[in-house]
Amino acid sequence: MPVTTSLDGAVLTARLSGDIDHFTAADMRSEIDRAVTMNPVSELVLDFSAVNFMDSSGIGLVMGRSKLMSELGGKCSVCDPPAYIVKVMKLSGIDKLCPILGEGGVRL
Amino acid sequence: MKRCLNEMKLSFPARGENEAFARACVSAFIAQLDPYVSELAELKTAVSEAVTNSIVHGYRGRPGGVISMQVRLYSDRRVYIRIRDKGCGIADITQAMQPLFTTAPEEERAGLGFSVMESFTDSLRVKSSRGHGTSLVMEKTLRERSGDESVKDGISNKSGRKSGTGSPVR
Repeated sequence: MPVTTSLDGAVLTARLSGDIDHFTAADMRSEIDRAVTMNPVSELVLDFSAVNFMDSSGIGLVMGRSKLMSELGGKCSVCDPPAYIVKVMKLSGIDKLCPILGEGGVRL
Repeated sequence: MKRCLNEMKLSFPARGENEAFARACVSAFIAQLDPYVSELAELKTAVSEAVTNSIVHGYRGRPGGVISMQVRLYSDRRVYIRIRDKGCGIADITQAMQPLFTTAPEEERAGLGFSVMESFTDSLRVKSSRGHGTSLVMEKTLRERSGDESVKDGISNKSGRKSGTGSPVR
């Protein structure tokens, strides 16, 4: 599965895996959105630790989920992305909208 | 005098599945120059953006279009990548290359494709003709290998994640 979700209280963790490109992002988006809207979620954690590859489609995915959570009055973060993906994300400035957290929750 | 060491040409239908195929091919071919993991990741990302543009914008998601790709490796460690489509072309290249410009915000396209290609390569040239298609050339000169073999590990793992990949942070 490219996305597995787990709920802990009101915190939903979506663990993404494999490659995120324009082709794969659509299913990932709908899977996450379904889990967010079906549960009382106040915080969405996008776990990127198992993502091997990401192009700008991944930025769109993070932007969209961040927007969704803000509409719901909640928050969104990205955790544990590989170094190269941090670079792609920072290029877009998405880290200003949605914090990128490394090991131990340190903001990257 | 720099010379062309090797060359490959490939054409494939403009289907979403081929985004992954195209970057895997480029990655496998460029491996001949023994690139750093971070350089490989950057070129794969740039190729993915270019191919996605052809599929989503050039052919507007209609199947049946063909994308052709040409890669050359030069003796000075330069990688030349040309990606062409015969799609609708870009009306205004300057506008299309503006960061965050997108014609498809509802699909959550970030409008960063060209920004990513520019950031991850040394040069990007785009030629487009309305109704005839778009041709895009990216070039990147890979760094000389330091001979540190540990750096080579992890190509199939997360890119740039291991320490010592020497990834330059721009």
